[in-house]
Amino acid sequence: MSPAEVSDFLTNFTIFTLAILCGFAVISKVPATLHTPLMSGANSIHGIVLVGSMFIAIEATDPLSQLLSLIAVAFATMNVVGGYVVTDRMLQMFRRKPAAAMKADQGEG
Amino acid sequence: MISINILEPLVRIAWLVGAVAFVIGLARMNSPATARNGNLLSAGGMAVAIVATAIFLLLRPNTSTGNNLLIGWVIIVVGIAIGGGLGLYAARTVKMTAMPQLVSLFNAVGGGAAALIAIDGYLRINSGSVVAAPGLQENVATVLDIVIGSITFTGSLIASGKLMGRIPGKPIMVPGGQLVTGGLALVVVVGALFLWIGNYSLAAMFVILAVSLIFGVTMTLPIGGADMPVVISLLNSFTGTAVAMAGFVLQNPVLIIAGALVGASGAILTKLMADAMNRSVLNIMVGGFGSGDSVAGVVGAEGAAVREVGVDDAAIQLAYAQHVIVVPGYGLAVAQAQHAVRELAELLESRGVDVKYAIHPVAGRMPGHMNVLLAEANVPYPQLKEMDDINPEFERADVALVIGANDVTNPAARRPGSPVSGMPILDVDHARSIIVMKRSMGKGYAGIDNELYTNPKTGMLFADAKDGLAALTAAVKAL
Repeated sequence: MSPAEVSDFLTNFTIFTLAILCGFAVISKVPATLHTPLMSGANSIHGIVLVGSMFIAIEATDPLSQLLSLIAVAFATMNVVGGYVVTDRMLQMFRRKPAAAMKADQGEG
Repeated sequence: MISINILEPLVRIAWLVGAVAFVIGLARMNSPATARNGNLLSAGGMAVAIVATAIFLLLRPNTSTGNNLLIGWVIIVVGIAIGGGLGLYAARTVKMTAMPQLVSLFNAVGGGAAALIAIDGYLRINSGSVVAAPGLQENVATVLDIVIGSITFTGSLIASGKLMGRIPGKPIMVPGGQLVTGGLALVVVVGALFLWIGNYSLAAMFVILAVSLIFGVTMTLPIGGADMPVVISLLNSFTGTAVAMAGFVLQNPVLIIAGALVGASGAILTKLMADAMNRSVLNIMVGGFGSGDSVAGVVGAEGAAVREVGVDDAAIQLAYAQHVIVVPGYGLAVAQAQHAVRELAELLESRGVDVKYAIHPVAGRMPGHMNVLLAEANVPYPQLKEMDDINPEFERADVALVIGANDVTNPAARRPGSPVSGMPILDVDHARSIIVMKRSMGKGYAGIDNELYTNPKTGMLFADAKDGLAALTAAVKAL
């Protein structure tokens, strides 16, 4: 490895390590009732892989690469869009105020 | 054409904005009040990062040779349309009871995308379209990305299949079991070392890919359906790590940050879920638990008399009680009886009965799942009580109505020597009288008898949760 590569790697590795610590610090405070939405929310965040998929799609030179990147883009977008929408659906239910819920129920009955 | 010297810093700042939004978004998911806002913030950060990337790719001078920009853009637009359409449709139409398997499916495709980036990168190194030899960073990260991404892809698909019922939920033992799993792991490690010491072998890459895909299957098949939430959470963490590795391959900081963030969060969540079931993550991954073959450490419950109670008797008990605690479990989730239980609770409240819900941390299919289901049925949030808050109240409860919950109510957990020993339970047996609604005397995941059922205070009401609750509601109305 050249000195420039070592430097690049260490920069990336520093970011990686600090992000892991950040994840531990943020997550450990979440109450149990929100664990499922949290898991789903975290699941959406790794949809950021779409950014990488877009790069390989633009840089693809042969049909095989083009096919792989098409699948990657489709997969990653499904992860992002589906993940955020389903998490929002879960959280929408949590947010409903008791008073509003009562009213809706009386309307039904 | 705008200079790359301006574009590059701009897109990096946009990625930083995205990364900050992810962290703050997760932090805001701490409390129910700010959680939704946090998720929207996270989604906004994602949109900024993706749009900025698209603009960057559109405006930057094309430095690669031999690529066709038009085809590249067609791939991106078509891919986003297909993936976005499928994801949106699935997320909006899924029933809340089927949500865990959908999350697992989204996790699978995320891991698949990360693995594809590494496979594509490796193919390019091999075909020579990348001139410079890859550094150690790309090489190690590429192999790790292929391995982790592939395992999480097939593993999550199997987990999702088990929850959907397409694949039997009970543990499936692979012939040769752990020997096969160990052998597969060994092949991956040897193959990875072979590549890391500087060989660029396409054949070795494909062996690693194939073995990792198989490993994901053999790892998940022997694990019982009840443990799937823990497995999905673990695989979620894996996907985060795979995405971070893809970030190393592409030298992209936002992939590294977001991936590491999810890797860490998934690991913590996995441990919390396992703790709530008094299991270690290792114990779960070894599998076989919940097959019903495990030796029950309970004596005395076997053959003891069970008292059955009729719908009308149960209705009278409930209607003339002052305090009722409802204990919903997996059976309620499966029967989708959340609306039925809310109707019964409202009817009781209109008669002046005080009704509360006792939510065990692992009730339903995932931690917090029961809250989601009951919230969907418009159960007022303040009525939902966490285990530690409700346990002291059981003593004052006239009736505890257990609906499709089993192991989380088993008093055997308080004594050593039982498979559920040490697991935190709801103190249902402290209530003055207990009604257990259950389809049969079938055992829970732990595969042991529940001493609660033979308690003299307990009346068993054998019914499907939805039908049973409807019958109870009708009986209370008729009083």
